[in-house]
Amino acid sequence: MWAIVAVAAVGVATLAVGGFGARFSRTTSNFLVASRTVGSRWNAAAISGEYLSAASFLGIAGLVLKEGFDALWYPVGFTAGYVALLLFVAAPLRRSGAYTVPDFAEARLRSAQLRRVATGLVVIIGWLYLVPQLQGAGLTLTAITGWGGWVGVVSVAGIVVLNVVVGGMRSITFVQAFQYWLKLAALSVPVFVLLIAVAGERADAARAIGADAPPAFTVDTTVTVRTDVTLEVLTPVQFEVREGRVDNVRGSGPVYWGVGEHEVRAGSVLVFEAGSAVPVVVQGPASNQRWLEPFGGGGPNPLLLTYSLILATFLGTMGLPHVLVRFYTNPDGRAARTTTLVVLALLGVFYLFPAITGVMARLYEPQLLVTGGTDAAVLLLPGAVLEEWPARLLAALVAAGAFAAFLSASSGLVVSVAGVLSTDVLPPRLRDFRLAAFIAGLLPLGFALSAQSLDIAVVVSMAFSVAASSFCPLLLLGIWWRGLTDAGAIAGLVLGGGTSIVAVSAVILGLQPEGLLGALMAQPAVVTVPLAFLTMLVVSKATGRRVPGDVARLLARLHAPERLGLAQAEVTRPTDTSGLLGRHGRHRR
Amino acid sequence: MSESGGGSRWVPELGHPVQSERPGPPPKRVRVVLAERKRARRVVRTLAEVEEQTGVGEMLVRNLIRAQLSVSLWLTLFVAVTIGALPAVFYYVEDIGEISLLGVRLPWLVLGVLVYPFLLVVGFVYVRYAERNEQTFVNMVED
Repeated sequence: MWAIVAVAAVGVATLAVGGFGARFSRTTSNFLVASRTVGSRWNAAAISGEYLSAASFLGIAGLVLKEGFDALWYPVGFTAGYVALLLFVAAPLRRSGAYTVPDFAEARLRSAQLRRVATGLVVIIGWLYLVPQLQGAGLTLTAITGWGGWVGVVSVAGIVVLNVVVGGMRSITFVQAFQYWLKLAALSVPVFVLLIAVAGERADAARAIGADAPPAFTVDTTVTVRTDVTLEVLTPVQFEVREGRVDNVRGSGPVYWGVGEHEVRAGSVLVFEAGSAVPVVVQGPASNQRWLEPFGGGGPNPLLLTYSLILATFLGTMGLPHVLVRFYTNPDGRAARTTTLVVLALLGVFYLFPAITGVMARLYEPQLLVTGGTDAAVLLLPGAVLEEWPARLLAALVAAGAFAAFLSASSGLVVSVAGVLSTDVLPPRLRDFRLAAFIAGLLPLGFALSAQSLDIAVVVSMAFSVAASSFCPLLLLGIWWRGLTDAGAIAGLVLGGGTSIVAVSAVILGLQPEGLLGALMAQPAVVTVPLAFLTMLVVSKATGRRVPGDVARLLARLHAPERLGLAQAEVTRPTDTSGLLGRHGRHRR
Repeated sequence: MSESGGGSRWVPELGHPVQSERPGPPPKRVRVVLAERKRARRVVRTLAEVEEQTGVGEMLVRNLIRAQLSVSLWLTLFVAVTIGALPAVFYYVEDIGEISLLGVRLPWLVLGVLVYPFLLVVGFVYVRYAERNEQTFVNMVED
């Protein structure tokens, strides 16, 4: 009950601030002027607030619960992506004055066709990122109320679209900055409280977490399995089936499982006694000892897949549409660097907590390992450890933080996607930002309701893979290499982006083959990133005479400090669309 | 949609630059005297060379880009051989999971905590070098 109130409060507050803020952010110049008075710290908190999505808030702890140590690469990659962004992109991209990657691509290489390809990729990456946000919202509402998942999915999509349509909190830096601190509090306060609450059990916990045995139920537990699962049993276990279909036998009654794999159909209800061993979904290591070790999960070629994840997350951040737009609010290239540095610090603090939550979840909510719905770990942990009002209070705080995560990340994504839809995709007579916002929000809503639900952090990392295989080479080569041509860029985007999109879509639809190929399709960066780079290099070399004639001047603008006045064109001639600059007005209306 | 054009204005009553001004720290007050005109003209000329990519300007910009790129690439290499080596170390050094520090297994300590300050330090070092390169470039142009 408290949790519902907290979630509703976050939703109402978001809408209220969005509507209120619309008065202040009606024109582009207001937006620009505001952006120039914002300091790096506020800006960094705002970037972090928008960046920390359902994947960070729920997904990482869930993956740690399921996969153990190896899941720690996700937050490391989500943070290290900003190092790559800082080293190669932040200041030059800010100096280009480009508002989105398509803007940058067109200005740098003078090709409308390239712009269209880049636009398509922005939309696909945005949607790939949006779907798990909406599914996370459904999962959260189900976890705290028991309502069907569609309620949360539809309500978050509705709030986000409405909010964007009425004016959006897009430009209101302090709201986004506040979201960061709300999320940090919502994740860290429960961790501290729960650590104090279980301090007396530390010795037992340490023994249990390192034991060469599966986790054990701490209390009598009834588990409702919502999707078909395959479970691995290491220690024989006896339990009662209330209803459903287990190992292809329908009915109810006591069941004894020996060591091995067992299947449970959706809709089954299983009752375990306290102390009995937990059957664990096959996607993760079944014993706690394996769970604690690097590469405990097994599977084909885990080392290659880890490097693929590293490549995707380290290089993908710079290509995320909602992240780049936020960088535009830095006053100059130098400030863009400082802001990125502060973002690194803020993310580093935040990501200390999901791992701790995941470890505690392994001890106190092992029932999630039976259903595989580990993304709910953060939400259910307070109730699993505490009782009465402290549990409800903390659960409400966590739910509020989770909704803040969905709303802020989704808003940023919908605005970015709607921006490119309205300017580049919709036919001229339908060029309306509000219509675009509807399309940008409603299509992923359909996907979120129909697609099978994978782990949130895994789907989000797929969006990173696509970004790393398309926009990363475009930005890196565009900023640092004179020889890039429009033909090379298009070829690289189509080949790198295309292959990665096909691969991850197949996985989302459940069409991937077994074994290494299937695993690589879920994590394709190690193949598609080099493919995109090579294509851009080779095709650009072959079409060398298409290099823009004024490439030297363009690069000078990207790299020379603003103090010299080269980039002043942006401030003094914002309507000059022939230069690198001046397109920024079009996305805000 | 534009901000009012051109350079900065100073509004004495408010004591701070108006918002339409270019961002960053308030501009330093510069004493304008006739004797300095020669130097100012030279700066303008070098700027024009940078902008128009004549021989000198082109070379200055090329040097700047090369210097910036080399800082970024060196630091990338550094991250690649440190963090990038971790999966291989975890994979091939089997006993590494047994080592505990402060009651936490070493791999968890490294990947769960220590990586973050490390990345921050890398970023900090980069900003120092990148800004130094830019300062050198500005000095060359103004010299």
